[in-house]
Amino acid sequence: MSGINIGILAVQGDVAENVSATRMAMDDLGVEGIVSEVKNPEQIADLDGLIIPGGESTVIGTLSLVNGSLKKIKEKIASGMPVLGTCAGMILLSKKIKDRVVGEMEQPLLDYLDIQIERNTFGRQKESFEADISLEKIGIPKFRGVFIRAPSVIDTGKNVEVLSKIDEKIVAVKQGNIIGTSFHPELTEDLSIHKYFVNLVQKKN
Amino acid sequence: MIPLSGNIDNAKGIVRENLGSFETRRGTSTLKRGFAHMLKNGVVMDVTTVEQAQIAEDAGAVAVMVLDKLPADVRKAGGVARTASIRIIEEIMDSITIPVMAKCRIGHVYEARVLEATDVDMIDESEVLTPADEFHHIWKWDFTTPFVNGARNLGEALRRIEEGAAMIRTKGEPGTGNVAEAVIHIKNVNTELRRIKSIYDAGDEQDLVSMARELKVSYSLVEETASLGRLPVVNFAAGGISTPADAAYLMTLGCDGIFVGSGIFKSDDAKERAQAVVLATTFWEDPDKVKEAQKLVDERQSMLGLDTKNLELRMQERGSTA
Repeated sequence: MSGINIGILAVQGDVAENVSATRMAMDDLGVEGIVSEVKNPEQIADLDGLIIPGGESTVIGTLSLVNGSLKKIKEKIASGMPVLGTCAGMILLSKKIKDRVVGEMEQPLLDYLDIQIERNTFGRQKESFEADISLEKIGIPKFRGVFIRAPSVIDTGKNVEVLSKIDEKIVAVKQGNIIGTSFHPELTEDLSIHKYFVNLVQKKN
Repeated sequence: MIPLSGNIDNAKGIVRENLGSFETRRGTSTLKRGFAHMLKNGVVMDVTTVEQAQIAEDAGAVAVMVLDKLPADVRKAGGVARTASIRIIEEIMDSITIPVMAKCRIGHVYEARVLEATDVDMIDESEVLTPADEFHHIWKWDFTTPFVNGARNLGEALRRIEEGAAMIRTKGEPGTGNVAEAVIHIKNVNTELRRIKSIYDAGDEQDLVSMARELKVSYSLVEETASLGRLPVVNFAAGGISTPADAAYLMTLGCDGIFVGSGIFKSDDAKERAQAVVLATTFWEDPDKVKEAQKLVDERQSMLGLDTKNLELRMQERGSTA
């Protein structure tokens, strides 16, 4: 097989939007490879990069635990596979979380990104918003952030690089080859973040 | 990227404000429809108490829908069915982290305003409750909170989208434990979508105009939907789903996810059934996994169910003339 193999974790959430954003990003960059929906450990084993989409983090986590996908993703991350997590995806990648209303919570996590998350940090759906933000450190000066019942990062470890903030709240981070965003790049027409991720996978490969 | 056919950019529900030095917009179509996109491939469960809401969350529901009575009990009780007690909705919002939805009566603009002020994540303008206005649905563009509406066919679905619905579900026949009507409704929508798609592909604008007249919806929305070959918003199955196999079957018909009403909490094995329906919805493409899910439930514990032919009350017909 020639080219890179990027999978979108297809348990629950906005999978199709990430498939098409990644496909278009690869075509624009002229990068060869495949983009596929992955659900089980065998499919994850073959990947060069993984995107964990938006959705409900409790649902994606619990169901990925059930069939062994969570364990396989942990192994792949340990071996250096790049992962992009958007919204629920970033929550799953983190080490520690709490909910703005409910408080401390226990849910299955990948336990890798050295950050603490506050879920639903901006409030409920009525408070969901769009705003232009900036990710200068990865060469994206302006990006339309779509924040839907979004989480934020309230604490970061020393290996974590902060990529973007809105009103003093951290909304995008990077640790090694792992990127997490509070917002949904897959819901916008701007492919910059998906392109950045494709390049990361390409370089690693 | 999500399709935004029939979008209104200056809708009254859009709020512009500043977050620190950042300009923000709330209540846009991207945010309303995007919220529904996050529910895809998931199960939304009807609940009436905090305890049921917690069971739903633990089982892996993507959201809960708060009602005063489950649809089967609404059917039994008769009288006027209204929106749930605000106090119960608030208690549930404070006890779980997944989204909380609630139902308002068809056309009842102020029940919807109250639910929006309560801060529920989505409002279901629902035929399960007694309609307040048989001839007009709510103009949902005026709200910042997104709405989901029921539909039995493409015309109803597109009319609701034109009014601002961010999500569609089949009506089915609620509270019957019988999936037959939901199957008919999704097949109706699919057949009509194929029809307008083929007209669009043939480039027959005249025929597309007559379709718009038949569906009683604007030409531009029909044209955009025809070019997509699917509804421009997320489309879930609802009405009568009671087993894992019911859920998996509706997923095979092209539904984006599942609403379960009475099916779970009117059964005698609610906890196992809630988990089983989630598993079957996630792994619907794999019959072995759906079998495992089906094995978690006992048919002798299923709600009894009703034949939909001889019902005194057909909820699905409510609001269908508008």
